[in-house]
Amino acid sequence: MGWMGLKRGHRAKPLEWVVEKGIFLISLTAIVMIFLIFLFVGREALPIVLGQMNTSLIQPTRPVSDLETMTPAEIQEYLHLKPAEYARMDKETLRELMQVRLETREQAPDDKDAHINTTEWRYLILPYQWSDYDRPEYIWQPVSEIPKYNLVPLIIGSLKASLVALAFAVPLALGAAIYVSQLAPPRLKEWLKPGIELLAGIPSVVLGFFALIVLASFLQKVLGYDSRLNAFVAGIALGLAIIPVVFSIAEDALTSVPRSYKEAALALGASKWEAAWKVVLPAAIPGVFAAVVLGFGRAIGETMIVLMASGNASIVSWSLFDSTRTMTATIAAELAETVFGGHHYRMLFLVGALLFVVTFAGNFVADIVIHRLKKRLEGRA
Amino acid sequence: MNRIPSQTTGSVRKLFSVLGTGVTILATVLILAILAVILINILWHGAEGLSLRFLFSMSDKDMFDVEKAGVLPMIIGTAARVIIMAILVLPVGVITAVYLTEYAHATSIFTRVIRGAVNNLAGVPSIVFGLFGLGFFINFLGGRLDAVLYPGDAEPHWGKPALLWASATLAVMTLPVVIVATEESLRAIPIGLREASLALGATKLQTIIKIVLPNALPGILTGAILAISRAAGEVAPILFTGAAYYMAGLPKSLSDQFMDLGYHIFILSTQSPNIEKTRSLLYATVVVLLLLTFALNAVAIVVRARMRRNMRQSH
Repeated sequence: MGWMGLKRGHRAKPLEWVVEKGIFLISLTAIVMIFLIFLFVGREALPIVLGQMNTSLIQPTRPVSDLETMTPAEIQEYLHLKPAEYARMDKETLRELMQVRLETREQAPDDKDAHINTTEWRYLILPYQWSDYDRPEYIWQPVSEIPKYNLVPLIIGSLKASLVALAFAVPLALGAAIYVSQLAPPRLKEWLKPGIELLAGIPSVVLGFFALIVLASFLQKVLGYDSRLNAFVAGIALGLAIIPVVFSIAEDALTSVPRSYKEAALALGASKWEAAWKVVLPAAIPGVFAAVVLGFGRAIGETMIVLMASGNASIVSWSLFDSTRTMTATIAAELAETVFGGHHYRMLFLVGALLFVVTFAGNFVADIVIHRLKKRLEGRA
Repeated sequence: MNRIPSQTTGSVRKLFSVLGTGVTILATVLILAILAVILINILWHGAEGLSLRFLFSMSDKDMFDVEKAGVLPMIIGTAARVIIMAILVLPVGVITAVYLTEYAHATSIFTRVIRGAVNNLAGVPSIVFGLFGLGFFINFLGGRLDAVLYPGDAEPHWGKPALLWASATLAVMTLPVVIVATEESLRAIPIGLREASLALGATKLQTIIKIVLPNALPGILTGAILAISRAAGEVAPILFTGAAYYMAGLPKSLSDQFMDLGYHIFILSTQSPNIEKTRSLLYATVVVLLLLTFALNAVAIVVRARMRRNMRQSH
């Protein structure tokens, strides 16, 4: 605190005053970036949220001869053109576009599904009975004549893989954190900590590769399930990615418990393990909770591992051994093939915005929990 | 208070202690064993595909041809994108850290908001950064640039995936890494150094530029290396912002696309017509990426350890 409390030395010269204000402004970058991410991912998804997109194949049409009498604004709206696009087109192109529009209308299948706008909220989250199905179902099938954008299969996929990852990673990481921070001899600790954190240095695409080439075959041989790539394989590989996250935060929380807690327990005759398990761990439990939340956030946001190891079939199933498609993998696999500004494109941004909101909330909670914990422990120490 | 807390006998307590300790040791060993298995498996299989020709020749049109394929363009592409990223992220990250440690009041709401934003930025999923790069850098900035620089030209120059946009996206992603590492090194500098400088008549800004920052250099370097090693392995943020499936030559300008090691691993493992045949190629590429990121990490760990030792001595 001394440095903050110091007078600023000799008075700052005018130029220095400007530089110091500049430093202040640049330090706002992180806030600005969070804001921009929200703004620009949200902006592309906004038309769907506001219900401005329409995927219905049956839309009112006008004869091509109307082109002569329509105003530019009407033409742009009718053909879904942006002003810049409209400016580049000559009459002939516009006429052809109107012709295409008519033909699309004629060729549209004449069933009830062709009439609905599948980007409405109820089709995104509730099951719907499509024409060829015998009961209402959740379906994500963006590349078909009638695009189906139900988000439930993707959300279930993400949850399945992330929960497997947590179930695998948390016990291991927490056990290691207790050992390294409380029980290990100091000299061993200096080796163990960077050793485990080395796992964080493996790029996720390499973990994905390992899951795809080695782990999937190995687990299939051991457990004998049908689909080689599934939520379980992806979850285990994801677990490897989040072990260092959970370990680091939990270890930090355990280490920040004042030594006096442990020493008091030892003085009362507790063994080292009892001091760690019954005194230090309970004191640091909010930090462990934060570690799990952040681990979950990391797992649900991880892309390459699930893209490579989950099998990518978007089906609704709670079985861990079915091929699964997550939210992140869907964005990564499909965005390149979408039409810029189309409903599929915007739908993927909506999925991204959803991911952002979920991880933002998780981070926010974890941040507050850790802050409170440290304050409390420091206050008592 | 007057009750004896534990009714269990000594030997049962002892058994639980030994068991508990054993479980935690097992967890630690298991994590390290998995790590070792992954590394050994990759190095073992990767060694056979590695050769000087593989490292230093251009990629063949048929990327899955084990005899001809090289990874030089991917190494150069990955290096280019992380270097440009470092140039973009370092000034911003270091200046933010300077503000947080030297100027801001540690307890003010405002400082907490900045810190919260930094923590949050660190937790944003990498694919969301990719979407952000596409929405902000390519569509918004790139689109505006094209409208200003090349009015009336239908062909996009900047409004498309490019080396610069991929690097900028990664720079946003690694900003927290640089900030946290720099902050740590700034805090490690003894307050006495600053006081001595002020006592000699320097202003606060002079003290920061001439005394604080030079002393924090190892820490800033660590931050830069960690950011580069993190970014080098990331694929999701560059999927839509710059990485190319295949390119005949090397990127020549910031607006060109590039080939990338991590993305190439993804292609080799998922698009290969014959995974058995291309296995050695795939493993060798993985080894190159892994050695690159691990070497960077190792350097960062050594620099940091040395810094901490110096710090302990100077106190």
